[in-house]
Amino acid sequence: MSAPTAGGATGAADDAADRPSETGFDPRLYARFPTPGKRPAGEFEALEQVWATPSGFSRLSAVNNNVVGFYFIVTAFGFFVAAGILSLVMRVQLTAPLAGIVPQETYNQLFTMHGSVMMFLFAVPAVEAIAVMLLPQMLAARDLPFPRLSAYSFWAYAIGGTVFFGSVFFSLAPSDGWFMYPPLSSGVYSKGINADFWLLGIGFIEISAIAGAIELIVGVLRTRAPGMSLARMPVYAWAVLIFGVMVIIAFPAMIMVTFLLELERAFNWPLFDATRGGDPLLYQHLFWFFGHPDVYIIFIPASAMVSTMVVAVARKPLVGHELVVLAMIATGFISFGVWAHHMFTVGLPELAAGYFSAASMAVAIPAGAQVFAWIATLASGRPQRNAPARFLVGGILIFVMGGLTGVMVGMVAFDGQAHDTYFVVAHFHYVLIGGMVFPLFAGFYYWTPMVIGRALSERIGRCVFWLMFTGVHVTFLPMHLTGLMGMPRRVDTYLPGRLWEIPNAISTVGAFIMAAGVLLFLVDAIRCYRGPSSGNAENVFGAGTLEWLATGNYAVRSIPVVRDLEPLWADPHLRGNVESGRYFLPGTATGERETLVTSTLQAEPQYVQVMPGPSWWPLLSAVFTAGFFLLLTVKALVLSAACGVLTVLCLTRWLWSNDRHVPLEKVDAGGGVMLPTYVAGPQSHGWWAAVLLDIVLGAIFLMAMFAYLYLLGAHPDWWKVPAPRQTLVPGLALLAGATGAAWAARPAMARFERGAGLGALLMTVSMACLVVALALDALDWWRAGLRGAASGQGAAVYAMLAWHSAVVAAVVLSTVFYLLRWMRGLAPRPANKTLEALRLLFLYAALEGTAALVLPRVVPWGAA
Amino acid sequence: MSQPTSSSSRLAEALSGWPPPVLDPRGPLSNTTTTLAWVLIALMTIIFVLVCVAMWVALYGSDPLRARLGGEKVVRWFGLIVPAGILLALLAWGTTMVAGMTTLRGDELRMRIAGNIYWWRVSYLDASGREVAADANELHIPVGQPVVVEMVSEDVIHSFWVPKLGGKMDMIPGRVNRLKLQADRAGVYGGQCAEFCGGAHSLMGFVVVAHEAADWQRWLERRRVAAAATTPTAAPAGEDAAVQRGRQLFAEVGCAVCHRVAGTAAQGLSGPDLTHVGSRQSLGAGILPNNRATLIGWIGDSQSIKPNNRMPAYRSLGAGELNALAAYMESLR
Repeated sequence: MSAPTAGGATGAADDAADRPSETGFDPRLYARFPTPGKRPAGEFEALEQVWATPSGFSRLSAVNNNVVGFYFIVTAFGFFVAAGILSLVMRVQLTAPLAGIVPQETYNQLFTMHGSVMMFLFAVPAVEAIAVMLLPQMLAARDLPFPRLSAYSFWAYAIGGTVFFGSVFFSLAPSDGWFMYPPLSSGVYSKGINADFWLLGIGFIEISAIAGAIELIVGVLRTRAPGMSLARMPVYAWAVLIFGVMVIIAFPAMIMVTFLLELERAFNWPLFDATRGGDPLLYQHLFWFFGHPDVYIIFIPASAMVSTMVVAVARKPLVGHELVVLAMIATGFISFGVWAHHMFTVGLPELAAGYFSAASMAVAIPAGAQVFAWIATLASGRPQRNAPARFLVGGILIFVMGGLTGVMVGMVAFDGQAHDTYFVVAHFHYVLIGGMVFPLFAGFYYWTPMVIGRALSERIGRCVFWLMFTGVHVTFLPMHLTGLMGMPRRVDTYLPGRLWEIPNAISTVGAFIMAAGVLLFLVDAIRCYRGPSSGNAENVFGAGTLEWLATGNYAVRSIPVVRDLEPLWADPHLRGNVESGRYFLPGTATGERETLVTSTLQAEPQYVQVMPGPSWWPLLSAVFTAGFFLLLTVKALVLSAACGVLTVLCLTRWLWSNDRHVPLEKVDAGGGVMLPTYVAGPQSHGWWAAVLLDIVLGAIFLMAMFAYLYLLGAHPDWWKVPAPRQTLVPGLALLAGATGAAWAARPAMARFERGAGLGALLMTVSMACLVVALALDALDWWRAGLRGAASGQGAAVYAMLAWHSAVVAAVVLSTVFYLLRWMRGLAPRPANKTLEALRLLFLYAALEGTAALVLPRVVPWGAA
Repeated sequence: MSQPTSSSSRLAEALSGWPPPVLDPRGPLSNTTTTLAWVLIALMTIIFVLVCVAMWVALYGSDPLRARLGGEKVVRWFGLIVPAGILLALLAWGTTMVAGMTTLRGDELRMRIAGNIYWWRVSYLDASGREVAADANELHIPVGQPVVVEMVSEDVIHSFWVPKLGGKMDMIPGRVNRLKLQADRAGVYGGQCAEFCGGAHSLMGFVVVAHEAADWQRWLERRRVAAAATTPTAAPAGEDAAVQRGRQLFAEVGCAVCHRVAGTAAQGLSGPDLTHVGSRQSLGAGILPNNRATLIGWIGDSQSIKPNNRMPAYRSLGAGELNALAAYMESLR
């Protein structure tokens, strides 16, 4: 308690005595807030004007999280309904043996699409969409740090997803099941372009998930309200952070495996073809290394929504807050070690099966901790009886049932019977509906007043709940029995006399009950959301988190200092003070859209980020990206190439205006706290995003290396071409050159007066070294006689090089981009954000090139 | 032994879903799994009921009860410690159980099943792994003796599953998986492909026939002799005219391109071996009873029965020709 300043010690000033500052920011400055006195006239109007959303047709160019997030949620929910309708057709077909409602091939397309759409177009995007909508509000940020990236990732998803879904109307939909195991999905057994449509659809989700994850991680770590240290961060923000990190680790496996499958289909490289040194199990390992964590990628944010709502419903703090956060981290961590429990029947070694069984059970423990934390929280308060509460309690019970059957199938011996039967179908529907769909519906009821100022109907909500809750059990409870009666999953029909029709008919009735619930909800939602927003909602549920502050398009009027885990409970005046502009950034300091960037651990204000406004470029980039992949799928190569060029042009135009200086170098961020407006290097949020992107690229390449090593280990007899080693030395020298040049670009710029030009030159040199090294590497193998279609060795080596060339192509385009900027005087010294980000990419590319060069030449060492 | 009627009723019994085959074991291995299944079902039901009670107390209980439930201690004990204990116990039990199921002595009888797009190629092997008899879509095993079946695939991934005898095993191109099977009682047991393998996956059935050990020895010996026949045998005297006509047609319309009948010129290997097709329990890979009518239907238009299977429909054949072919098939016992 040293040296209280005038104005008196507040909670934040107390903190200052306990902890050294993270960034040099003096926490005692927090004591200036809320600022006294009236705000100047016109300040609020200016803020409103800067953040105004374009109206009419131009609304499509909006990038605010509240607009994009809303589109995002509506689209994801649309896919939920669409995939649900597919399942109703399937249910009708299965009601009776040999029903013949839809032909075999159509049915196979239906279940493939139902699974793919629910997982990739509904579940993952829906949790991402909610985070886009909700996260900035909870952190009291003005927006996510890269609003245009959100817009791009939404449009790419919406357009790509719609085209992918449309394939079902033309019988072009994939029909190999949502995990698309080769060899069934290979060019030999799936000849049409149906499987390519799947790869197309998934490609868009990969883009949008990675973009979303990077943006959300940076959002959580860098745009929290001042004072919101990690300990005061809402449990939902923790979940979003874990979600982002998991996406960054898991999706690369999916990206690589879809890339490899497309290489096999397009160029006949036998990556998964056992007759030529490939291996079908390689696909399964990569797919499930993504696929299992994906379940928790969906579940963890949804569980945190439950934690958030349970607190509001009980009006008591979350019992065991730290335990819940730890449980989520543990779940995320363990989930990467359980993938092979989807593969208990492929003939795993006993020890491996035992390990994966143990890990799968271990993941039940943190889930159990969360469930009991929710029950204890409800018990500690006086739970309100309302629609969100109903969906929460119902969802928890459904999820527990799914979790318990999960323990059953985690036992290797039982899984031998249950695997690939309706028992498993029942299991994962219980998990996902209880763990994700019900929390989502609870969320709809809970946050609708926050979004639009009106609530969904409580009376209809009760009907929706009971219809859905009954429907889930009537549909899926009998399926446990159907599985034990011997019915495998993914069958379009079954023979009479097996009595399977009895539980199947019950399930069909249940599916329609559930559908009635969803339909009723839709009617109510459309009724409620029609018409303009009625403005600010009161804190109707009496919650303690910041999303219940009054907001407009600018989000909060001023960004509060956070001194508690439930700030609205701790300070009853907070809402009023925020609304009258008594905290940070009460207006617009630079005359542009802006938000406050804070430090990672303590959330100390670091700088004012100037944010981009509405723009058509993200939308156009997404349209052309979609056009590129779609036309490539239907083999219209010229048009596809044209779209590719247009994509690059649009992206360039978009990125062109991203890195810009504003006239004021330092601005008053409120209360006289002066903060910079332009930061380059490790302090800037852009640098963090660049690092995350390089981590993603690295993780993808690690999967390519894993593929190489796996095939080598499984089929060494196909390693027939001796590794050509003469390029090792010149190649390494070139890559060292690339590294050196890229690394030197920053100090050169900072030190020399003509450093701007020198920086551009060094980047060009680095790029040239990377290109030549790649060419040498590939040529070396080609001359040695290695061919991609000939063997697993050829396929694995060229697959690595193919991925690396995509990265090198990005390096070339970036160089052109940077040179253009330099010529227009937009690459100033001593440092600029563009150079900082590109430099990291070049350094990464050199590292990747080194791995691609060395690994296949050194392992196996003895081959000659 | 197997009249058409009794064969079809035995097939119906083998395929029946009640009592649920997973809970109706007929061998020592599936017996263990069934015990495990019942223990798990009981345990999970008890846990679920307890969670429901806790939830009920949290929502509607008396205040003192709710106060006791609403603390971090509850989370620690019921969320962490108790579940960890239960799971550890289950795991220990489960691991020892699996060990017993997969341990091989090394002197078991050897057989091999190769998954093919919508049917199964079956081989009986000697101790050195050489094929001594071939068949399709049906596996004959002796009662009371463990059999090791090598699981391979000739195209995409399939999964072999006969629930009454034990767990499933995937058939993966490029790999050989081994599944131990044992039946304790003579009988016919139904099974089905469990891994989606495209098109007609839902109609890729299978039967296991368990014989008393001595019967099985005699049965195998007959098969071994038939398989060893290399020179075409003359048609037996007094053969039915329809059978003779069928034998002729079989060669003329091209059946032999894909099918093999040991001891004849038909040596095709891409379809099921038909040497003993007349004695099979089922037709079309476990989906139809085996009699004259179903044979005629299958040969004439298998595509309408099992769409996308690899056998073309012979719609150009007349009723008499189909009858003759079916008669010939019936005679192959």
